Amino acid sequence: MSALETAERPETLRRIAIDPVTRVEGHGKVTLLLDADNRIHQVRLHIVEFRGFEIFIEGRPYWEVPVAVQRLCGICPVSHHLAAVKAMDLIAGYSTLTPTAEKLRRLMHYGQMVQSHAVHFFHLASPDLLLGFDSEPTRRNIVGVATDHPEIATQGVLLRKFGQEVIRMTAGKRVHGTGAIPGGVNKTLTVEERDTLRRDIPKMTEWARGAVKMLEKLHLTNPNFYNRFGEFPSNMMGFVNSAGEMDLYHGGLRARDAKGAEIFDHVDYSKYNEVLQEEVKSWSYMKFPHIKSLGAENGWYKVGPLARVQVCDRIPSELAEAERQNLIAMGEGKPVHGTLFFHWARMIEALHAVEVVGQLLDDPDIIGTDLMSDKGDRREEAVGVIEAPRGTLFHHYRVGEDDLVKYCNLIVSTTNNNQAMNEAIRTVATQYLTGREITEGLLNHIEVAIRAYDPCLSCATHAIGQMPLQVELLDADGALVHRASKNMG
Amino acid sequence: MHLVIFGWGNESRGDDAFGPLLLRRLEQAAWPGTTCIEDFQLQIEHALDLRGAELALFLDAGRDTPAPFQFKEIFPSGGLTHTSHALPPQSVLDVFRQVEKAEPPPSFLLCVRGESFGLGEALSPQGAERLEQAGAFLEKLGAQRTADAWRALLT
Repeated sequence: MSALETAERPETLRRIAIDPVTRVEGHGKVTLLLDADNRIHQVRLHIVEFRGFEIFIEGRPYWEVPVAVQRLCGICPVSHHLAAVKAMDLIAGYSTLTPTAEKLRRLMHYGQMVQSHAVHFFHLASPDLLLGFDSEPTRRNIVGVATDHPEIATQGVLLRKFGQEVIRMTAGKRVHGTGAIPGGVNKTLTVEERDTLRRDIPKMTEWARGAVKMLEKLHLTNPNFYNRFGEFPSNMMGFVNSAGEMDLYHGGLRARDAKGAEIFDHVDYSKYNEVLQEEVKSWSYMKFPHIKSLGAENGWYKVGPLARVQVCDRIPSELAEAERQNLIAMGEGKPVHGTLFFHWARMIEALHAVEVVGQLLDDPDIIGTDLMSDKGDRREEAVGVIEAPRGTLFHHYRVGEDDLVKYCNLIVSTTNNNQAMNEAIRTVATQYLTGREITEGLLNHIEVAIRAYDPCLSCATHAIGQMPLQVELLDADGALVHRASKNMG
Repeated sequence: MHLVIFGWGNESRGDDAFGPLLLRRLEQAAWPGTTCIEDFQLQIEHALDLRGAELALFLDAGRDTPAPFQFKEIFPSGGLTHTSHALPPQSVLDVFRQVEKAEPPPSFLLCVRGESFGLGEALSPQGAERLEQAGAFLEKLGAQRTADAWRALLT
């Protein structure tokens, strides 16, 4: 357990809560406990969003689940859709897919990766990407780089739109699409649709590559700052294919320690609970998964872009792999752990996703019509896993003979990153806040760390007429000393 | 007159369904020259749906907003938060301005106050009543679909 997870005498300390007030039941909140000298004694990120997911699913017919789970997340419904259908393939008795079906699912998934990561691409256009960096040199650098790329906002929006079109053409609709069903897919890609998407590939590749270059350039304006902000050592986990390459749709689980040494490799994800364990803590509704063999204290890990680009041996697309090498070089032989590397790694993945979409569109199988595989023996229990934009996403189901889901366990990407996000904000608090007068600008550093992970906070809904972020400073008696809020509505 | 209407929300989260439910009523009403767009959340690409529009209407649920609903004109407003998961409609208008280098069309928000947003919940009893009231109000909006006429109906 981190030294800053639980203070010894919290009743004597001053409490600061950073509280996004959401209209749904769950939300995220950061609390900091400080003494009279502003020394940090406790930092916690509370996320209570994920209550009720399993109950929402249990009792439904298994074939309905891949569609129903899209309601869990408004930003990456395709990831839930595909993780669920991978499990339901097996439940329904389909152990393999036809080449066309698998490639169409991959196309949908990589389209989802493009559109999700493109939101960050868009935000690169704003100096506010790194909210609250009030130090003049840092802000000047960010503004300068953004000013040099005035077109990036438009490119971000159009890249996102491209990803959405890939999803629409493979899932059938912009939202609530079906696309993947147990045993295959239910929609072909027409030649016209393929050609429409293919025409955009050169431009999308150029823009995604430009985003990576921009991140690299920003990083190099002040490498010491970008390398060290929110830097903490941790284990890392992600999918790799049989050759050890990045594969965001299917693969075995690989984990490396903070120095890059292998912890486990090519683990069949259906046996995830042999290598991972979920721990409950009294102060958070969200579970804390960790690598079983290392225990809760040392076994927590990062998932998502920064983990994935470092657990794989290479990215199987030329441009993205070249960019990955540039990022890796920043570590001078060791893994990089600075929190702001997440942005850079995310754009490398966006570039890779565009390249994969291009490769799939060039494959003749993609316009095939053999969409369903042959049915074999049905199973009672199955696991589906996918690398979602924010990290590894597990869906585990047991289904009764009456076709109804009896058991469901989801480990979403943000849950996998739970301890790592807590460590990130503790590190930032120690680096920038402790012993100093707490200002709103300094508190915003916490937001910067959270934003790098882009966690799913209240991700299945949205916001009107609310204050999404509220910071309250209370004295040791609980009296309100200062309140600041930002209103989105 | 080209009108774009956005209705967004999660139908599996109680009163969060207001936007899609109201949008469906308008789809059935089939106002001429109208494009209806449904989504879970507003995002940056929705700015592109405003291209060529002369008027825009956003339909949503709100928490702690005026009951039974609020109807107001909205304007571009930027600003990011700790998460990139969703944008308020004002930010969509701001994205339009950034991307199109032009002012967005006159835009209005109909925000129905919700009470319950839990996963798997149905509409709350108050929410169901307010949905009907908002539906009746939409009929008034439909009678004269111009920015000036709608400004006269602001709450």
